[in-house]
Amino acid sequence: MNKPAATLPPPHLSHLNSYPRFIWRMMVLATEGNWLFYAWMIGLSAVALVGLNAWAIQVTNGMGVTNMSDHVSWGLYIANFTFMVGLAAGGVMMVIPAYLYHDDDMHDVVIIGELLAIAAIVMCIGFVVVDLGRPDRVWHMLPGIGKFHFPVSMLTWDVIVLNGYLLINLHICGYLLYQRYRGRRPNPKIYVPVVFLSIGWAISIHTVTAFLYQGLGGRPFWNTALLAPRFLTSAFVSGPAFIILALEAIRYLSSYKVGDGAIRILVNIMRVTILINLLMLASEVFTEFYTGGSHTAAARYLYFGLHGFDALVPWIWSSIVLTLLAALLLLCPKVHKHPVMLVTACCFAFAGIWIEKGMGLIIPGFIPSTLHEIVEYTPNGIEWRISAGIWAAGLMIYTLAIRVAMPIFSGEVSLKKDIEDHA
Amino acid sequence: MTDVKKTSGISRRTAVKGIGATLGAAAFAKAIAPLTSWAANQSIDEFLQKHYQELTPAQMQKVLKRLEEDTKKDYGAEVTITDPKPQPGVKFGYALNLSICVGCRKCAQACHVENNHDRKSGNSYIRVLEMKKGSLDIEHGKVDYKGPVPKSDSFYMPVQCQQCDNPPCVDVCPVEATWKEKDGIVAVDYNWCIGCRYCEAACPYHARRFNWTKPEIPQEEITPVQGYLSNRVRPQGVMEKCTFCMHKTRNGELPACLQACPTGARVFGNLLDPESEIRWVLENKRVFVLKEELGTKPSFYYFFDE
Ligand code: SF4
Ligand code: SF4
Repeated sequence: MNKPAATLPPPHLSHLNSYPRFIWRMMVLATEGNWLFYAWMIGLSAVALVGLNAWAIQVTNGMGVTNMSDHVSWGLYIANFTFMVGLAAGGVMMVIPAYLYHDDDMHDVVIIGELLAIAAIVMCIGFVVVDLGRPDRVWHMLPGIGKFHFPVSMLTWDVIVLNGYLLINLHICGYLLYQRYRGRRPNPKIYVPVVFLSIGWAISIHTVTAFLYQGLGGRPFWNTALLAPRFLTSAFVSGPAFIILALEAIRYLSSYKVGDGAIRILVNIMRVTILINLLMLASEVFTEFYTGGSHTAAARYLYFGLHGFDALVPWIWSSIVLTLLAALLLLCPKVHKHPVMLVTACCFAFAGIWIEKGMGLIIPGFIPSTLHEIVEYTPNGIEWRISAGIWAAGLMIYTLAIRVAMPIFSGEVSLKKDIEDHA
Repeated sequence: MTDVKKTSGISRRTAVKGIGATLGAAAFAKAIAPLTSWAANQSIDEFLQKHYQELTPAQMQKVLKRLEEDTKKDYGAEVTITDPKPQPGVKFGYALNLSICVGCRKCAQACHVENNHDRKSGNSYIRVLEMKKGSLDIEHGKVDYKGPVPKSDSFYMPVQCQQCDNPPCVDVCPVEATWKEKDGIVAVDYNWCIGCRYCEAACPYHARRFNWTKPEIPQEEITPVQGYLSNRVRPQGVMEKCTFCMHKTRNGELPACLQACPTGARVFGNLLDPESEIRWVLENKRVFVLKEELGTKPSFYYFFDE
């Protein structure tokens, strides 16, 4: 189906021949690197294994080893899941400027965003699986052999959109890399429609995930129409922030040239979205506190503490402070020229959103409980270890993906060179 | 193998990679080691068991027998597990007289025992709220009240599963592990639930309980008459909830919480039977339901005497 757009391949090389080579080359690339690469990967593997071990303990002894309870039945895992969905969506949003404005610098960034989406979705799936009391029964969810409660349960919608999103991005990345490897220009007819599909799909994954919470009438803290839009704006802060960090790292650690233009556009996107995000936050806080009433108990608990309970207060205020500082730094006119300042701003924004979408959104939904009991929650060692393990695994996937994609994209590695080397 | 023969340096590198991979595999095996004891306790029959509604009567018999044997093995207790079906023409309803409930929590205790709850967690499907007279706002309720009851300035409101006619907990379940039975009881198939706890987040009445660990109950305290969908000892990692003591009520008995209530504050019966006491209450008392505005349509009613 992949009809080459430019010259024909060498006669003896059909897809049957070149595709296995491509796969093999990727595997070789993924295991080659300098000492820094190995140290990084070994470090990540160690963390991932610690997480795996903690998960094995959790499955064996029950979820009772976590700090979750019947009152706060979702904790750090679902908090991370929610944030990761945003990162996945935000990753692909970089595609918009690239294709809408035909910005050339951005084209190189697209693949970095899409690879981020892939890694983030894998992490999402990881966070959902570790949150299950009976992971041995996940097959109950498979359509056909299990029971798929579609279309009533929002969770089944989420399964569909997340997996669909994963497939879409795998397709785009796989296709682009393969064509580059073969020294062809990717055929826009084959992948541009899919790229546009992925933009719409990115919005859908975040909207559906917001609906997961928004649709629960018994939880007033989530029962707000602003939830889905807020999800999206914060995704457009955290996604670009992470991509800028990745680009700076690539610049610093490798010989690949990352265009200034790409970073400038990403900074501009963040400048707008971080302000919209703060505006929406202000609007929500106003509704909660100016109106008053009993449904604002969760917000009062979150921001100021309630009846002497205040475990979340330090979290949410650090989130607000981090986001504000990031906004201030980003608004400096020349921020993209100062790597240290830019990296700081991105780290702040990233951490701020992580708290806001996690500890600041999921946990207060449960406090006070539906019968107005206050039972607090702080993640414990097992939960931190498992979560760190998934983050490490995700970073491993992302590092490997970039490790493979960059040399192929820059033309440093190609089918032609491989054949020449071989001959 | 293209790179191996290029230079000897790379082949040494390959060897190092091989060692790395071996070490990695060993570390991986060590990391997942705790799972082996867990896996050893899982039977293949249990793993492959179908959804409750898809089991044939013969398959059900086998499952019940297996569960009885498992209880014997795990807890040393001889139990009989049956699967009573809803009776035609019956829809259960529950009503509670707030004027005479004294907040003694005998109902919650009876529930704990009848339903084979984990002893350490002291779980019960019922929570009793102590509320100041003059307001029905449960924000001002307290569940952890102490001292002699009833206090003169308070009234008491026990809350348990409302067996909603429009149950949000059922809607959200991604695998249909929870559903509404014909007699109005919302059931959970403990062998189908995947433990995502979405239903617990969705329930507006804090009616669901999760088995965070495997329940621990001394052999002699296990209630031996058990139902598949109700009080059998639950596996670790699944959701559970009040079933109006289905194993009793479907056989014409009353729920354990009602039997335990010293003041007669609880009224249980068939909403479809015009002669029933519950119908009399609904027709003659001022009755209300909790959180009516959410549209869950509870089958659990509260009333006052005057
Ligand atoms: S009270 Fe809660 S658990 Fe019971 S049926 Fe209603 S929503 Fe479901
Ligand atoms: S915890 Fe079990 S019953 Fe509840 S929604 Fe998840 S799978 Fe369904």
